[in-house]
Amino acid sequence: MSEKVLMKGNEALAEAAIQAGCRHYFGYPITPQTEVAAYMAKRMPKIGGTFLQAESEIADINMVYGVASTGYRVMTSSSSPGISLKSEGLSYMAGADLPALVVNVQRGGPGLGGIQPSQSDYFQATKGGGHGDYHMIVLAPSSVQEMADLTIKGFDLADKYRMTSMILADGTIGQMMEPVSITAPEKKEYDKSWTVTGTKMQRKHNIINSLFLDPDELERSNFARYEKYAKIEAEEAMAENYLMDDAEICVVAFGIAARVAKNAITEARRQGIKVGLVRPITLWPFPVNDLKAAAEKCHTFLSVELSMGQMIYDIRMATDCRRPVELCNRAGGIIPSPEEVYAKIIDIAKKGGNL
Amino acid sequence: MTHSYLIAGFGGQGLLFAGKFLVNKGMMEGKEVSWLPSYGPEMRGGTANCSVIISDDPVGSPIVDHPNILMVMNLPSLDKYENAVQKGGMIVVDSSLIERKVVRDDVKAIYVPATQMADDNGLKGLANMILAGRILKELGEFNDEQVEAALKKVVSVKHPDMYDFNLTALKLGAAYEG
Repeated sequence: MSEKVLMKGNEALAEAAIQAGCRHYFGYPITPQTEVAAYMAKRMPKIGGTFLQAESEIADINMVYGVASTGYRVMTSSSSPGISLKSEGLSYMAGADLPALVVNVQRGGPGLGGIQPSQSDYFQATKGGGHGDYHMIVLAPSSVQEMADLTIKGFDLADKYRMTSMILADGTIGQMMEPVSITAPEKKEYDKSWTVTGTKMQRKHNIINSLFLDPDELERSNFARYEKYAKIEAEEAMAENYLMDDAEICVVAFGIAARVAKNAITEARRQGIKVGLVRPITLWPFPVNDLKAAAEKCHTFLSVELSMGQMIYDIRMATDCRRPVELCNRAGGIIPSPEEVYAKIIDIAKKGGNL
Repeated sequence: MTHSYLIAGFGGQGLLFAGKFLVNKGMMEGKEVSWLPSYGPEMRGGTANCSVIISDDPVGSPIVDHPNILMVMNLPSLDKYENAVQKGGMIVVDSSLIERKVVRDDVKAIYVPATQMADDNGLKGLANMILAGRILKELGEFNDEQVEAALKKVVSVKHPDMYDFNLTALKLGAAYEG
């Protein structure tokens, strides 16, 4: 399927998961990600895979835990309220170091909220969600093509580091159609010596577990995990730098917000304003180096978010609060318009700033 | 050049389908394209709309707030979006369903009794494609070969007869003077 076809983001993601070798999907329907489950329900039986609609999100994440323990590629998908339900399982999977792909096509919250697009699960995705010290690799697609590409990348990173990857999308990216080309990735080999697949009486049995009653042992596992996290932070952060070469104002936005921001930036550039965009593609690890570089030449940052302002704290931390970081945001399922972002850029340009 | 379509009306009028046809045609002609539906309860009988962008340049936001082409199939949508249309843009109205005229004089208003035409020609439910045909004609983009190829992409293989009905509807729209 290397030819370009028109697909919804949710469908492209599902097809990419299959191309990445995922043959086990467990889920529970919720708008606006139901197309993922529908696509899997159609495709999995035809290719010898498993599609199962569980009785709840709590059940499906534990099914994911089970398959992940055997080393096979497995995924689940949901939207915001469903991810809250899965969060206990995500913490257990972190504690057991299990690779899997979890998809959150976000909608407005808190609570049942609404069904329109949102980015207000940023904290939940990047700072935990479940209990305990842990991270997930969090990937933020901004196009239908990236829904596919980052799904494949997410599975690879999960296997490489033995941890959960999350695709943090939103209702717009999930529902929109764009041309996309999906090709089966090269098959890579990963260490699977830890999996529980039967010993055939040939080796000592493996144990997949997140319970460590001995504090020393539990502490050691936490420290070991954070060494791995440090390596990921050093090596895996990704961002797109758009018109940043001569930028004096740096817009930071991901997902659908980045696309809206690009429209505003195009218009501002027409007015001669030197503004660029850093678009985080990984939200954890956060692309700290790109922002540090931007802080060398930009006097002000502008975070554009579909939330009350969550990523803004990571921008401040990445730049050591050296520059003011302003916010342009809408919430509850509303997307900031290019005009709103543009107005904010003009505001900042008028105020100016010091380097 | 960029065409920003907003296609609006009631759920069930084939708005998303008309958008899919247009976006497939754009893609086959080598343009940058995006298609974004409204989703949720409004798809089941309330107002629905669909944003379509067909452009020579990469598409930024897929959300069309200010269309240069507005295709409307109910009064609430005309009321809601008339003022959002870009100056010099086009509003294409199904005049069988919307009695009032376009108020603005800085846009081109085109009235097509599409639902009536569909009923008269045994094409019930294909007013959407009559309007799409009229728009393509107005844009000078009704080329038989590409129209047919794009239509083949969107009509389900399970209903091959629908291909002929849709093509007839598109041609009927393109031929409508007014």
